[in-house]
Amino acid sequence: MFSEFLQYLFTGITIGATYALIALGFTLIYNASHVINFAQGEFLMIGGMATVSLTAMGVPMLLAIVLAVVLAGVLGIALQRLAIAPAKNADVVTLIIITIGASIFIRGLAQLVWGKEYHVMPNFSSEEPIQIFGAVLNSQSLWVLGVGAVLVAVLVYFFTRTLTGKAILATSMNKDAARLVGIRTQVVLMLAFMVSALLGSVAGIVVAPITFTSYDIGIILGLKGFVAAAIGGLGSGMGAVVGGLALGVVEAMAAGYLSSDYKDAVAFSMILVVLFFMPRGLFGAKVVERV
Amino acid sequence: MMAQFSQFRLKGLVFLAIVVFALPLFISNPFHYGLATQIALIAGAVVGLNLLVGFAGQISLGHAGFFGIGAYFSAIMTSNYGWSAIPALVVGAIGVAIIAWTVGRPILRLKGHYLSMATLAVGFIIAIILNNERELTGGPDGMPMPAFDVFGWELSVFGQYSLFGMDISGDLAWYLFAGVILLAAVWLAQNLIDSPIGRALRSVHGSEVAASVVGVNTAKYKSLVFVISAVYASVMGALYGHFQGFITPSIASFDFSILLITMVVLGGMGSTIGVIIGAVVLELLPQVLADFQEMEMMLFGLILMLTMIFMPKGLLPTAANYLNKRRSKSAGGDA
Amino acid sequence: MFKDITRRASKFAAIAAAGLLAMNVQAAEPIRIGSFLAVTGPASFLGDPELKTLEMYVEKINEEGGVLGRQLELVHYDDAGNASKARNFASRLIRSDRVDIIVGGSTTGATMAAVPMVEQAGIPFISLAGAVVITDPVKKWVFKTPQTDRMAAERVLTDMKERGLTKVGLISGTGGFGSSGREQTLAAASAMGGIEIVADETYGGSDTDMTAQLTNIRGTDGVQTILNFGFGQGPAIVTRNYSQLGIELPFYQSHGVASDSFLELAGNSAEGLRLPASPLLVPDSLPADDPQKPVVEAYKTEYEARWNSKVSTFGAYAYDGLMLAVEAIEKAGSTDKAAVRDALESIQGHVGVTGTFNMSPEDHNGLEAESFRILEVQDGSWKLIN
Repeated sequence: MFSEFLQYLFTGITIGATYALIALGFTLIYNASHVINFAQGEFLMIGGMATVSLTAMGVPMLLAIVLAVVLAGVLGIALQRLAIAPAKNADVVTLIIITIGASIFIRGLAQLVWGKEYHVMPNFSSEEPIQIFGAVLNSQSLWVLGVGAVLVAVLVYFFTRTLTGKAILATSMNKDAARLVGIRTQVVLMLAFMVSALLGSVAGIVVAPITFTSYDIGIILGLKGFVAAAIGGLGSGMGAVVGGLALGVVEAMAAGYLSSDYKDAVAFSMILVVLFFMPRGLFGAKVVERV
Repeated sequence: MMAQFSQFRLKGLVFLAIVVFALPLFISNPFHYGLATQIALIAGAVVGLNLLVGFAGQISLGHAGFFGIGAYFSAIMTSNYGWSAIPALVVGAIGVAIIAWTVGRPILRLKGHYLSMATLAVGFIIAIILNNERELTGGPDGMPMPAFDVFGWELSVFGQYSLFGMDISGDLAWYLFAGVILLAAVWLAQNLIDSPIGRALRSVHGSEVAASVVGVNTAKYKSLVFVISAVYASVMGALYGHFQGFITPSIASFDFSILLITMVVLGGMGSTIGVIIGAVVLELLPQVLADFQEMEMMLFGLILMLTMIFMPKGLLPTAANYLNKRRSKSAGGDA
Repeated sequence: MFKDITRRASKFAAIAAAGLLAMNVQAAEPIRIGSFLAVTGPASFLGDPELKTLEMYVEKINEEGGVLGRQLELVHYDDAGNASKARNFASRLIRSDRVDIIVGGSTTGATMAAVPMVEQAGIPFISLAGAVVITDPVKKWVFKTPQTDRMAAERVLTDMKERGLTKVGLISGTGGFGSSGREQTLAAASAMGGIEIVADETYGGSDTDMTAQLTNIRGTDGVQTILNFGFGQGPAIVTRNYSQLGIELPFYQSHGVASDSFLELAGNSAEGLRLPASPLLVPDSLPADDPQKPVVEAYKTEYEARWNSKVSTFGAYAYDGLMLAVEAIEKAGSTDKAAVRDALESIQGHVGVTGTFNMSPEDHNGLEAESFRILEVQDGSWKLIN
């Protein structure tokens, strides 16, 4: 009994950590620009696919990872500069459609360059799973959790201790005021997209050994990340982490105890329930609307 | 000013009617009729969605769910229980209205992206149910749907009909039927926009707080328009299913929801004729791009992205704006 | 202002109408073979090798002089596995491109969406999709080349019974393939008797972890073996979760993963699992007197030489479909649709890659369950069991 529960919990936390990392990417861009970036999942895909294809070309794993992350970062900047910045006065829904167009474009390009097959990435350390009280944990799950924790710590440090991080926060709170105190908001937005892309690609790389990777892996993971971010409360880093983990655990528990057919429906119902009682998610800021 | 507004809208309707009825003069291939029929039915759903997005300013990322329920309810009732098409369509639409009202009240309290998220969740739950209830819906492989019938008279793409003494093929008959339905959908939408409800809605779009301060019951109007747009989707879904003859859960999918909202935004939020153009463009584009094969997806994304970047207000409003500007410039030159 | 919009829009409408007109293609001299396949999207691992196969063999047949002295022309569209698109493209093939025969439909949903149109137009249609509903009940104009999922289920359950395994845990994908496979497995088990499905779990097509479902099945009383019905990357993840959980029960997969790319994805975890498959995966293990041996070997060699990628069972469905179409057209002596259909229905002893086809008015698939071979993964490659 207990071992089964533990097994569902491990499964849920691993998936949930992935969702949390994607949700953080959403949060970052949302904070800086109030845009929901539907191309977030594609950063994940770029991370995994570029690493796999570079290693297949004989590039050492570590270098391949660095190059893949850099590629994603460049893509993030390009997305902001070429697609978001020119349309800065557009409606929010227009910006959403632009990011959807961008994600279809990136996916189409990836399919053209890398093909449609799924690819395997080996586990970073041992292929042997770890046994705990009768439940097993994939060693790669520890990497996902570890890398996730480090990234969260780095982000917290970045936003509370560095000038750039504070500038991003300031811009998110009040763009005009930020500009008045000398923050170059366009640069800040570009930075936010870049950091978000880096985050997404790292997530894509650490989960690839568990999920495999392909040109279209970003669609569903990106969507789940958005769901996690909304549960947690858009714009809250803490919310993204909690929302991601909660979503993962609920999915796994629903598959284990309720019905595997309806586990996704359970997860989506959870959002409705959360939003019903807390219209701004679990940790969303209570903002007074300016008239 | 209001009268001018209505007159402008009437011209839009007349223009649309001319396009709809003139099209058969230019095309004769049944495949093209089929495509045009599909576009007209989807455009009808988009006109309904536009009421919600363009006039009340609320974003729905789950509208395909209502489209799907309409289609599946009609399919199940007509093929498994021997119902006639129209009662099935009407009861389905009432059911969708009840569902939309029930989920709409709590959902529409939400703001911005939370509202999108909640509609997305509702859409997903509907799609999951349609996919899983295999005994009822045929599951992911879909289910067949009989031809549309009115009092024993059947409208089938494979039939032969006569209209005003002319022999017309089933494809053309379906096309004309869909065209009339689209015109009716537009007419209803325009009446709604010009009604007091429409004015209240526009005030909600402008500033919800201001609207409620001056005594507009914003929650009521938002729910009402949500229900109306869901019913539009349900009716069009049922007709779409009858036309297709076979439906799968993909018509209730998130992808299709996204496509519907993209049609609204691309064509021009708030412009009834504009969103129809959006539907035409996004349905024809894949047919045109089919020749590019591997590049199709990339090109589709690129075109969508560039259009929205350079025409953030949508195709029709941008074009109208451009023409207006040019004309006022030339008028200024004359003076 | 309104006039401008009208002018502008009518111009646009005229352009759109002209575009539609331009799509009309005149009927030409060559024999036109139409196809709609899931070349992209989640079922692209079906449509991609199918399209490659059609392209290369149409080329090859043309180099060798064509059929009835006429060249073949392939007209194909990508339906991305979407039923509505499939219906549109079927309509386009029949009414606009005016093809002589259709070989396509990677997924059951796409095939079934096209069926009403095909039946009405009266054009021979060879589907490449698996579910039993396509040819049962028999539809006048519809044929198919893959074995049905019912046969796969029967073949697997028979093999289980022979090994004395009678309590089966079932896990399946919620996509069309897995969902229909699940239904057929349940039906086959109750029809055969002496074997029981004791657990029944599912997973979504893009799920990334199936540990919870497998844990549930393992915890079911008396379960002796596990069968996974699904395709895509999902079954590979199930296989890896299976071995991570250290489940020792004999494991079966469906023919949905019968390709070398599955072995690559699943790696060591696939060791010891069995599945029903076409002999294409084990050409060398076939006895020299097996009539399929030369056909299978030739297809494998030619495909791999041309595309520099591993051959897959799904591509073979397209190979068989094309060759059946060619044989029927030759037998009919023309591309007259009714004559070709009659010829298709009377094809006997056509040795294909998937099996030997014996069509009849009652059977538009023409294969036996025995055409599936049971394979086992041993040392990272396929081994023929029987």
